[in-house]
Amino acid sequence: MPMSATQQRSQGQQFNRGRGAGDAVMDGKSKLAADAPVAIAVEHVTQRFDGRRPGQQVLALDDVSLEIRAGEFLCLLGPSGCGKSTLLNIIGGLNRQTSGTVRIGDTVVRGPTPSQVAFVFQESTLFPWYTVLENFKVSSDFQRSQASTWNDRAMSALRSVGMENFANHYPNQLSIGMKQRINLARGIFLDTPIILMDEPFAALDEQTRMVLGEDLSVLLARTGKTIVFVTHSLAEAVFLADRIVVMTARPGRIKATLTVEEPHPRSPDFMLAPRFSEIRNELFAILRDEIRQTVAAMREARDEGVVDG
Amino acid sequence: MAERSALDSSGIVPRSIQVGFVAAVIGLWFFLTLGGHVHLLLLPDPVKVWYAMVQLAVSGQLWAAAKVTLLSILKAYFTAVIPGLAIGFLVSRTLRSVQFFEPIFSGIFSVPLTLFFPLFIFFFGIGPNSKIAYGGLYAFFPVVITSIAAFANTDQLYIRAAQSMGASQLQLFRRVYFPSALPGILTGLRIATVVCVASVLGGETISSTNGVGHAIALQAELMETARMYAWVVYVVVAVVALNMALSVIETRTERK
Repeated sequence: MPMSATQQRSQGQQFNRGRGAGDAVMDGKSKLAADAPVAIAVEHVTQRFDGRRPGQQVLALDDVSLEIRAGEFLCLLGPSGCGKSTLLNIIGGLNRQTSGTVRIGDTVVRGPTPSQVAFVFQESTLFPWYTVLENFKVSSDFQRSQASTWNDRAMSALRSVGMENFANHYPNQLSIGMKQRINLARGIFLDTPIILMDEPFAALDEQTRMVLGEDLSVLLARTGKTIVFVTHSLAEAVFLADRIVVMTARPGRIKATLTVEEPHPRSPDFMLAPRFSEIRNELFAILRDEIRQTVAAMREARDEGVVDG
Repeated sequence: MAERSALDSSGIVPRSIQVGFVAAVIGLWFFLTLGGHVHLLLLPDPVKVWYAMVQLAVSGQLWAAAKVTLLSILKAYFTAVIPGLAIGFLVSRTLRSVQFFEPIFSGIFSVPLTLFFPLFIFFFGIGPNSKIAYGGLYAFFPVVITSIAAFANTDQLYIRAAQSMGASQLQLFRRVYFPSALPGILTGLRIATVVCVASVLGGETISSTNGVGHAIALQAELMETARMYAWVVYVVVAVVALNMALSVIETRTERK
């Protein structure tokens, strides 16, 4: 079993491996990623938050360890409230973990690393008081990028998502889908080796979501960036990811890891392939218990009067 | 925005209604005075007031008094706005300080500071300084109250995004906090303008040695009503012009 050293220590055992695995290789790594250097190393990360009541603490992440290889597309999948976004924010240096270490390359993360990591959030973070192009310029200034070519790079990033005609629009003149395309383009424009995406398509309708997912697959196949993508959509995870990390209900732990052996860019035909449904069904089987647990925990919390999302 | 079109005053129809309103006021004035419905000592006819206006302008009295008043208003305005914005931003930094300071500022602003006007005369003398201090303090409150709210309402999402891209503290302020708060800040600045004009002119009418407010009060005491109205018309015209200028600035900074 090609289970790699520290990372899947206890988590692998929690999962009953008897289910039909299809072409997904459990706990393995895709051929592409196996030889690549480690881009992001998450080591025993634990996160506690203060609860609503004084003295009450919520354990959001419990001793999570994970290695992400350069060029890998990794999806974090799990029931809502399982700490996926928290983990992403810790990797990006926006949250400080209670204990454990995150490394990007050889550097320990102690805050945002704008030269290494770009974020794409669930909601548009384009500043509504600037035009699309001004937003790109401001982002480039934030990064302290000296490049005078920002305009050309911005336009080519916009072209890659088909939004070059909207460079001089204000964000609020655009639809949610258009804004998310531009947020994606900005993520690419920032020219970092790593992009962290926190449910970037969650606010979109199903059709837009599928088209954008397809575009993303094409785009990223070209750039070779390392992507960590948080989602709760099974289909999205299977369609996009080289590797899917399934997390447990709170406290978040890694429950299982699945590999999707399908080269990028992926065509929509992949979604129709039997393998696609097999992996998806398998994911669903893993997740089902966790979702039930989450629902049960929420009921319990509601009965105690301490619901926290 | 639907709201904007409803409030938009630049169309042909609203404009003609506004011009018609001014014409009606002047017409009513002619009617009341020339028709003998009002005593001419209480309200002189518009022609007489017009002559008084010309005389004030030609003799140089207009400019002499206006200079004092305008300078006082300007000084009062900056006395209010600069600390108002700075303190507003600092208070908005933490929820605790917002919860502590906001009710204090709102509470003081609801007290009519006119009650304390004599104190300003005691401390700053009868010259322009007492009017500047009075107007400056009065206008400080709307600026600080609106800017606390405006800065504190900056969406955390934009701040996190900017931080993830490596924004410095200065960049955060220039590119995120300030533009985000700008509409709220402008509202405060507009109120501050009105408050400054009203309190400086008001202060001058109550107690002063110079300025437009002083001239109005003096002419009223001397029963020189034509001259008094001439001053009043100048003030009204100036205030309307100022208001129009502010509207233009606000429309330009508004985003689609």
